[in-house]
Amino acid sequence: MISPRPDKSMLYYPKMPATWWLRKRSYFLFMLRELSSVFIAIFLVVLLVQIYQLSEGPKSYTAFAQRLGSPGWIIFHAIALLFAIYHSITWFFSTAVVLPLRLGKREIPRNLVAALNIGAWIVVSLVILYLFLSLKG
Amino acid sequence: MAGKNSSEPFWWGLFSAGGVVAAFLVPIHIILTGFALPLGWISDTGMLYRVWWVKIYLFVLITLPLYHWAHRFYFALNDMGLKVIRKPLAVVCYGGAVAGTVATLWVLISV
Repeated sequence: MISPRPDKSMLYYPKMPATWWLRKRSYFLFMLRELSSVFIAIFLVVLLVQIYQLSEGPKSYTAFAQRLGSPGWIIFHAIALLFAIYHSITWFFSTAVVLPLRLGKREIPRNLVAALNIGAWIVVSLVILYLFLSLKG
Repeated sequence: MAGKNSSEPFWWGLFSAGGVVAAFLVPIHIILTGFALPLGWISDTGMLYRVWWVKIYLFVLITLPLYHWAHRFYFALNDMGLKVIRKPLAVVCYGGAVAGTVATLWVLISV
């Protein structure tokens, strides 16, 4: 039987400097997109810590929310929001490429697929906002 | 990660699901808990986080993007020349996401 993968020691690996992504705008934007996941993850951990405060009672929860009003946290959330929106938009455009939609034999234009995703995103966000406002105590 | 019994499709599935969750759900939550609550646009005592189906939603919201982070961060660091330590890196990234999942489950059950 032939091995499905070639012997690794025979492969050629190009040597790349660690700063290759600074050379071109598109490479840099790619790295920024990768970095967006870091800010999203930190935000979610902070959200989890905030929810954890509930085990000490609602006062602890609201005190935590107030601490997030400090300039440092507002700046963090502003950066996180920009990265999150960047992730959303790049994700919708890449979904349109990876999962092309067809109507009969014709492919729906990718920009239209991305636009439909963005429309759905806005609707979903408004539904979450509505649910949050109607459920909050 | 490659090999005969590669676990990559599994992690890629979680990465992809996390990407969808992050794209659709995270921005509005940043606006709510990062700005609306701390700046007093709306008030809340967090009671909604004790509703059972909200907890299921939160579990999905918090855990899946962690796997998205793990996958992106792992490959980004590999691409930045840290390939030599890719095994410990994989443990930190994917292990971090698994630890985050356990922590989320624990917090959501305990509140």
